[in-house]
Amino acid sequence: MITHAFLQGYWWLIISLLAGLLVFLMFVQGGQSFIFSLPKNDTQRKMIVNALGRKWEFTFTTLVTFGGAFFASFPLFYATSFGGAYWVWMAILFSFIIQAVAYEYRSKPGNIYGTSLFDTFLFLNGCLGPFLIGVAVATFFTGSDFTLDLFNSVTWGSGWHGLEALINPVNLLLGFAVLFLVRVLGLMYLENTIEDGDLAGSIKKAMPRNAVPFLVFFLSFVGLMLLGKGFAADGVTGEVTMVRYHYLHNLLGNPVILVLFLGGVVLVLVSLWMAIFKNPRKAIWYAGAGTIPVVMALFFIAGYGGTAFYPSTADLQSSLTLAKASSSPFTLRTMMFVSFIIPFVVAYIWYAWSSINRRRITPEEMSGDEHMY
Amino acid sequence: MIENIDLSLVNWSRAQFALTAVYHWLFVPLTLGLSFILAFMETIYVRTGDEVWKKITKFWMTLFGINFAIGVATGIILEFEFGTNWSNYSWFVGDIFGAPLAVEGILAFFLESTFVAVMFFGWNKVGKKFHLTSTWLVAVGANLSALWILVANSWMENPVGMVFNPDTARNEMASFREVVLNPVAVDKFLHTVTSGFVLASIFVLGISAWFLIRKREEHLARKSILVAGIFGLVASVAVALTGDSSARTLAQVQPVKFAAMEALYEGKSDAGLTVIGALTDSGERLGEKKVHDVKLRIEIPRLLSIMTTGKGSGYVPGLKDLVNGNPEKGILSVSEMMERGKYARQVLTDYKMAKEIGDTETMEALSARFKESDFTDNYFRYFGYGYFEHPWQVVPSVPVIFYSFRVMVGLGFFFILLFILALWFYRREALERNRWFLWLALLSIPLAYLASELGWIVTEMGRQPWIIQNLMPVGVAVSNISAGAVQTTFWLFAVLFTALLVAEISIMVKQIKTGPKH
Ligand code: HDD
Ligand code: HEM
Ligand code: HEM
Repeated sequence: MITHAFLQGYWWLIISLLAGLLVFLMFVQGGQSFIFSLPKNDTQRKMIVNALGRKWEFTFTTLVTFGGAFFASFPLFYATSFGGAYWVWMAILFSFIIQAVAYEYRSKPGNIYGTSLFDTFLFLNGCLGPFLIGVAVATFFTGSDFTLDLFNSVTWGSGWHGLEALINPVNLLLGFAVLFLVRVLGLMYLENTIEDGDLAGSIKKAMPRNAVPFLVFFLSFVGLMLLGKGFAADGVTGEVTMVRYHYLHNLLGNPVILVLFLGGVVLVLVSLWMAIFKNPRKAIWYAGAGTIPVVMALFFIAGYGGTAFYPSTADLQSSLTLAKASSSPFTLRTMMFVSFIIPFVVAYIWYAWSSINRRRITPEEMSGDEHMY
Repeated sequence: MIENIDLSLVNWSRAQFALTAVYHWLFVPLTLGLSFILAFMETIYVRTGDEVWKKITKFWMTLFGINFAIGVATGIILEFEFGTNWSNYSWFVGDIFGAPLAVEGILAFFLESTFVAVMFFGWNKVGKKFHLTSTWLVAVGANLSALWILVANSWMENPVGMVFNPDTARNEMASFREVVLNPVAVDKFLHTVTSGFVLASIFVLGISAWFLIRKREEHLARKSILVAGIFGLVASVAVALTGDSSARTLAQVQPVKFAAMEALYEGKSDAGLTVIGALTDSGERLGEKKVHDVKLRIEIPRLLSIMTTGKGSGYVPGLKDLVNGNPEKGILSVSEMMERGKYARQVLTDYKMAKEIGDTETMEALSARFKESDFTDNYFRYFGYGYFEHPWQVVPSVPVIFYSFRVMVGLGFFFILLFILALWFYRREALERNRWFLWLALLSIPLAYLASELGWIVTEMGRQPWIIQNLMPVGVAVSNISAGAVQTTFWLFAVLFTALLVAEISIMVKQIKTGPKH
């Protein structure tokens, strides 16, 4: 029997998967954040931009699909969070708008603002995008200041409309963790795609300087989250209460989540070790294989196991649970059939990627007559 | 829901959505059409093996890339604006409206963005056949993007395939098929994509004409004119046919918009279609709205009646009938619909109240009403009217729609002529000799953009005050934020998008002047 609860769980799984993919694919943003510090000359910068530029569309499209899937499956979240935390989401959007044109325009003749402005756009998107997305996701655990009325229309408590999330230190921890994670991923990706000894040296130097902050921020966030109070929702009445160790309980109580989380963390650690001490070229694959399950596990902790995934600190009972925020069974079921296409989509993306990425980027290629950023 | 609507918030939110949509639509139609033109050109290259066609394809592809990037940049903002600025709307219909948006992401956007990468970077890396297939898939993907968003948009014009759930106080999908095969959606999709084909053909035609004026790249220009001429001619005829069919559907599902397009105030039989006309203030008022006279009128007799009813003698209701009601023709007055809508809302509020205090008996009785056909067909379908204070509020701005529609249609017929001429001169090898025609083709580029944007003005302004026809007025759909916040983001968008547009045009012009790589 396909029940409404099953479908809600299924869609939360898809959302979590998209979130995991998105964080991994933000290696593009991570790479962009190095645009001014890593390259020693124009050719190196050009190689970096071109290596990232062949992938930016995927990250972008994943973000768009993440938004669309959230809208379709949990519209009340879409309405509440986007319509309430207006400024955070607007800031995220602006940072992506400026990215989309930057690659195509930066080095074209006639781009009236000059290459450096578009490179600044890439840099801004590289830093702000991941950081703000991290902060926004952290509110899944720390809560936001809103109330819903009888007809589910949202009122935000703070006139800051989302910017108040930036003064909560716990949110900042996750923001910085995501930022340093994608910077590490970006370094690994560049190492993997570009054939240039000098650049590889700079990457090697930058690696520990980003890996260590990542670990510190990430572990502090996870520690505080697991040991603090969580927003628990009663399975029958839906009543939301604050329960100590609720998230820890979700992690330990479900072997799947536990395995995903620990397995993912181990893979990320292995990749860091490889990147710093051993075979840096392959590290990105381990890092990717670790990042996706860790992000998924965090989303599972926030949504499954009788938890309010979008909690309200102003009025606990306004908090959103999967059951409360979801679409109707009919829509979720129809959409489930559509989602079966995803493996096919992943397959053709893989095929297309590998067919244009057989050779690594070299300084010589940058002076060729191919389409170039 | 919201009883005290903040008008300036509503207007700024509308302005912001309109601004971003108009910008998005500056880039989308070119993508829709140019992607197919690239596919045709590359097919010829692969078939003939003639390197000249490869050069031609690559030239237009560069322009495609410049346009595509900014199309993507403006698209993401629209998607998230439903949440940020129309959050009450998003909740009320997310169950239906969100689904096509998600399908679009999964089915269309990935297809497009994956194969765009192959198209640009794959020339020396993948085989000819695979490259060609990729170019075709980009065209298919782009047009699939259009399909899903237009299905969503059409649902707002003609909501079908759903039931109202009093427990969640929202509309829920009951039939995906009905949503997708909505007659409005079929018309809208065909009309919109074919209009994109026309715009792209004029773009290619105009730029090629410029090369001929400058006596440069003449070979490339002539070949491009051939492809654009054929594609454009077929598409422009299709635009007229699908536009006509859009109007017929419109007459059934949105009679107020239809009457406003014709500035028809008094209903009549044997109604003619106004081809040209000028509106003047008649001094009379419909509530607080001006009533216009159509002066300098040239009409095609009886055509309007035929379009609406299938018979020359058929009765076409005017705005006065639609607002004040016309019992003879079975048209309900808006004030009656307002009463019924208010009643439906009252039943819903009573239900919610009963639920709050746990009065199950009342709850069950009221919940049953939402399943009775008398209630749903005669009361609930007027739900949205319950928000109005005056019947005349349902009338949109007549002059805006009247003129926009006429200019679009007029240009539509002009474009058919333009493509016929292009092909005629091509065949007679007389393009260079007829410099007036080359200039005309070049100057038609902005006209194509104008026609295209006016189409959306007709559609979107014409459905005011509704965000969802008959169910939800725009005023109650907005997010509960301050007007100042929206005003700030409006100006941020206006400045940013304008700056990006200027850069885009400048790069585009530079690339055109540089011409293809040799
Ligand atoms: C999926 C739905 C959808 C799509 C595809 C479009 N719009 Fe739209 N449009 C809306 C959904 C919408 C809306 C959300 O429903 C708005 C906001 C408020 C309203 O009444 O309708 C709107 C308003 C709106 C207005 C303001 C009308 C007013 O004064 O209130 C204009 C001028 C446009 N749009 C123009 C466009 C253009 C040029 C589009 C081409 C891309 C377009 N719209 C696509
Ligand atoms: C409110 C309505 C709309 C929303 C929310 C929307 C959303 C989007 C988004 C998010 C993108 C970027 C996709 C990516 O990551 O690649 C995009 C691009 C695109 N959209 Fe829209 N869109 C809207 C209206 C339309 C309409 C009406 C059409 C066509 C009829 C259309 C056709 C396209 C196409 C072809 C692209 C590819 C990029 C380009 O413009 O060249 N969109 N849109
Ligand atoms: C030749 C005669 C034409 C006729 C009879 C016609 C008719 C129509 C009608 C009735 C609508 C409104 C549909 C609605 O509100 O649901 C419409 C919309 C539109 N038109 Fe046209 N049109 C014509 C030419 C053109 C041309 C030349 C273009 C652009 C190159 C164009 C682009 C559009 C667009 C983009 C829309 C909005 C999308 C839609 O609602 O379908 N049209 N047209």
